[in-house]
Amino acid sequence: MPSADSRLRVRKQDAVVQVEFIDRNILDEANIQLISDEISRLIDQEAAPKLLISFANVDHLSSAALGALITINNKVRNKSGQLRLASIDPQIYEVFVITRLNKLFQIHESPEDALKSFA
Amino acid sequence: MSNPRPSNPPEPPMKGTIVVRHNRAEVEGIQNALDAAMSAAGFTKASLFAVRLAFQEAIANAFNHGHKTLPHDTPATVEYLVTPHEVVIAIEDQGPGFQSETVADCTLDENLEIPRGRGVMLIRNYMTDVRYNAKGNRIEMSYRRPPAAS
Repeated sequence: MPSADSRLRVRKQDAVVQVEFIDRNILDEANIQLISDEISRLIDQEAAPKLLISFANVDHLSSAALGALITINNKVRNKSGQLRLASIDPQIYEVFVITRLNKLFQIHESPEDALKSFA
Repeated sequence: MSNPRPSNPPEPPMKGTIVVRHNRAEVEGIQNALDAAMSAAGFTKASLFAVRLAFQEAIANAFNHGHKTLPHDTPATVEYLVTPHEVVIAIEDQGPGFQSETVADCTLDENLEIPRGRGVMLIRNYMTDVRYNAKGNRIEMSYRRPPAAS
């Protein structure tokens, strides 16, 4: 259950936990740690988590945010779960391409496309 | 009654030297000054994105790595200059310095899942020129305005 000071919007639909960021800028390390901890708790609650993270509201992110996503991906995979990313702004998608993290993550145009991709 | 024509807004400072501590509000203050100066100089949203990313990575490196063993309130110094053609930013921390060439290539397959080590690489990708001093505690980076699309 998200707390009152949650930085995320969370809902569950068809066994998929869907997460959206409230902040437009995911840059600050302390904030990233809070977000990461909150998503980790969501993963802990699921046996084999199906997690969809939407970047619809996000204008900027930092390498620390990329690091948090990698840690989240590792946690999901350790529980035989599935992680999908969606709605990434073209400028931010370029950051994924430069770092080659578009090869590590399954990235979809829209949450609808991502939902269809879960096994 | 029509409103009087507003006078031109004041020009944001186009250069400055600012002492900053590891504090979100202080870092955002500099970021906002840079954004305002770049907007006033006519840089595009894509240019603002590039410089914002590089600045955030460099200041994070200064505090998280440069000042890792120093008291939390140890300040770093940011110098910036914005002209219509170029943005120059220098960040100097008080740490022991590091050698940027020792950072592992995060794009290799075997390093893709390592959560850290992408900041320097992103700075080099988004800025036109990046230099460190010999000690490795000062980064100077510049961003030149891309030629207009024909």
